[in-house]
Amino acid sequence: MGVLGSYRMRWARKRLRARAYRKSFQLRRVADRTKEIRPDDILLFSTQRNEMPRLSYFLEYYRDMGVSHFLMVDNGSTDGSLDYLAAQADVSLWQTKGSYKNARYGVDWLNHLQGRYGHDHWCLVVDADEFLVYPFCDTRPLRALTDWLDTCSIRAFSAMMLDMYPKGPIDAQPYLPGQNPIDIACWFDSGNYTMSRNPLYWNLWVQGGPRSRLFFSETPERAPALNKIPLVKWSRRYAYVSSTHMLLPRGLNLAYDERGGEKASGVLLHAKFLDTFSAKAAEESERREHYDDSREYLGYVDALEGGQQLWCKWSEKYINWRQLEILGLMSKGNWA
Amino acid sequence: MSVGVVMLVHTAFDRAEQVARHWAAAGCPVVIHVDKQVPRAAFAAFERALADVPQLSFSRRFRCEWGTWGLVAATQATSEQVLASFPEVRHVYLTSGACLPLRPVSELIDYLADRPQTDFIESATTSEVPWTVGGLEAERFTLRFPFPWKRHRFLFDRYVALQRLLRVERKVPGGLVPHIGSQWWCLTRQTLSAILQDPQRQLFERYFRRVWIPDESYFQTLVRQYAINIESRSLTLSKFDFQGKPHVFYDDHLQLLRRSDCFVARKIWPHAHRLYDAFLTDPARAMKKTEPNPGKIDRIFAKAVTRRTRGRPGLYMHSRYPRKGREYGLTAAPYSVFQGFAELFENFEDWLAKATGARVHGHLFAPDRAQFADKMTVMNGALSDSASLRDYNPDAFLTNLIWNTRGERQCFQFGPGDTQAISPRLAKDPNAQISVISGAWAVPLFRSNADFVDLRKAAAEMQKVESAYLDTLRATETKARVRIWTMAEFIEAPMEPLQTILDEIDPRPQHRLAEAPRMADLTGFGQFLQNLKNQGMHPYLMGDFPVDQGTVVQDRDAPRKPYLVR
Repeated sequence: MGVLGSYRMRWARKRLRARAYRKSFQLRRVADRTKEIRPDDILLFSTQRNEMPRLSYFLEYYRDMGVSHFLMVDNGSTDGSLDYLAAQADVSLWQTKGSYKNARYGVDWLNHLQGRYGHDHWCLVVDADEFLVYPFCDTRPLRALTDWLDTCSIRAFSAMMLDMYPKGPIDAQPYLPGQNPIDIACWFDSGNYTMSRNPLYWNLWVQGGPRSRLFFSETPERAPALNKIPLVKWSRRYAYVSSTHMLLPRGLNLAYDERGGEKASGVLLHAKFLDTFSAKAAEESERREHYDDSREYLGYVDALEGGQQLWCKWSEKYINWRQLEILGLMSKGNWA
Repeated sequence: MSVGVVMLVHTAFDRAEQVARHWAAAGCPVVIHVDKQVPRAAFAAFERALADVPQLSFSRRFRCEWGTWGLVAATQATSEQVLASFPEVRHVYLTSGACLPLRPVSELIDYLADRPQTDFIESATTSEVPWTVGGLEAERFTLRFPFPWKRHRFLFDRYVALQRLLRVERKVPGGLVPHIGSQWWCLTRQTLSAILQDPQRQLFERYFRRVWIPDESYFQTLVRQYAINIESRSLTLSKFDFQGKPHVFYDDHLQLLRRSDCFVARKIWPHAHRLYDAFLTDPARAMKKTEPNPGKIDRIFAKAVTRRTRGRPGLYMHSRYPRKGREYGLTAAPYSVFQGFAELFENFEDWLAKATGARVHGHLFAPDRAQFADKMTVMNGALSDSASLRDYNPDAFLTNLIWNTRGERQCFQFGPGDTQAISPRLAKDPNAQISVISGAWAVPLFRSNADFVDLRKAAAEMQKVESAYLDTLRATETKARVRIWTMAEFIEAPMEPLQTILDEIDPRPQHRLAEAPRMADLTGFGQFLQNLKNQGMHPYLMGDFPVDQGTVVQDRDAPRKPYLVR
């Protein structure tokens, strides 16, 4: 590796930026309120498709946390979520009919928007079913965290994806718009995660959780990656490589400590497994626009229709961030 | 008699204004220094906002960059201005815009009036305190640092390297002994003016201009020349993390700060509304003539630093992934691994669980599935018994298991029939207590009802695997607590080794074995081994079994000591 490797990475990054630029022509502006972005605003970037029931709680959750502006890409929604988002005063919205898969699952679109509007801002990139939990999130706003990261010269904040699921069949309790999905899907796997270091991009590759336990127990290497770096002090030189799992330049991926210490980190509560899931999974396995031709979804549909439960006797019920910190799923690091 | 406040401000002007008003309202003259890097408009607005406050003025502005002389120059100029304009001032208190008075200012004034000759400044010699961060301790004073660390890191590092190479060493002028300490002090007029009016000031300044972080050493060193009575502590509660960055206080620290009884704390997060509201607008607090007591806050921040530098042993997560050798413990807690016991004793697992109260698993690394205790298919932490998940990352399986069951001792069986990938890890782990009865794998073969050809093959395979495992355990890198007995050795006097193992699991003294596990019937075992030998397969790991030896012979010669490796 060495110099040659770094040079290769440099070109990989430039290719990603160029690709993002190319894909940006697929975006059609629906509501542009980016003029209202002030220099130290925290921005949230997201792509969504037919997430109407989830949006109101999603926006409220992150507004309360201290996100000032939402920059969203709508990928061909048909459920009215486009109009709903366009009407929000703090949302800038783009629409595209382009292929989600060919835009590398939306990463290209967001890379472009982040480069354009996110430069020098703290940028949070999450999906509509991901809820960030960070140390002291019950008493300190997100700005407290980003200010602290700034003083420590930390540019990227890691948050592992934690799959949340309800007890019993996933469609037993219907999700109503505006409701906190974690009230229904409040269980998680606390201690079956494995990780390894990616020698090329330097990021950690985390796998495990209920999906790995149930759907990938024979093929664990195919289990979905759970490592995410959703909060980054963005620069127009940066690029996400695949989803928010890893970034270039590679130094941003070193959000973990290798000398025995713990860096501050959070968790993304992933409320995918609600009653809305079956319909979504059926649609996605039809559309084949997701990773690996939505093979993952096909597996879930089979299993969950067969009446399989994600919940088990050793599932942990979510209480708060302190619980996650004690369980070792996140850390305060030296933030006290 | 009063206290003059020197305030260094570079950001969060609304908060600085609030605090400045608070000081002034209590009758303290305030002189504010605003960093030269602050745009003129912002400065002018700040100045205007405070124009109505009596006894408040602004000093000449210097460019203040972290770790450079500018901060000292600003402090000097501002202090001079306080001393000159307010002759009634006896103590000068150095604060910043991010400082927050926690106790009523009148208490501070009384406290200082009771100690009119005392200088409160943290001042310690570099050789005696390990505070400094980044390897620059004595070198702060013996090298030159013309490049600001924040902006020109590369030049900074290269220039330090160069000076080290050339063995440059500066002389400390005028017989000064370098001291360092917190930047935030409170000095008496006498001491402060002596420092500022020193005839040798030019000389000292020239020296300190090129010292690394002079704001933590200039006053701290010179005060030792003049002070009558130094209290080497800062009245400002200010904690630093392992990188030398100040810890920040937030709303949720309110109770802690209240109970600290410190006069001033820094740094306060500018948006910590509750803190500012609580401490600046609530003068009716009970007067407590107590000494500052930041012990509890100290502990919290000390813990934070330990968490950041050492972490929780045995935890692997997305922000703690130690390299080999940096783990501070491969696993979270001690555990025991038994090889051959479950084969030799019929009810070993139940017996062990009863005798120790520990959780006793079967063969966790069995090829078909992890045999959790009580035949569970999922364990604490939703750890699955799937063999493929386990073998995907056996190290993580083990560390997860031990982490998930913190507080409960784990024991499990291991053997040559199991997946061996974990064995190097077991051997390296000081938390592992490994007990092996070598050759005991032959007992199930002996009792099985299989064809002798198959038995012979299985025996050869097991012997090979176990022998390799024993080599791993006997290697010099082994850190686990290893005990190995041959089977012959063990059955001569099984109670003594069992007692030793149990004592180690549960070190309560009066803990005698009441019941022994039931040993398998070994009648004919010697002949079985002889048959294997006759077929050309020599089992040697179990030690010497006479052909006619049947059950255990209890009173032979004195039992041999267990073979203890490390």
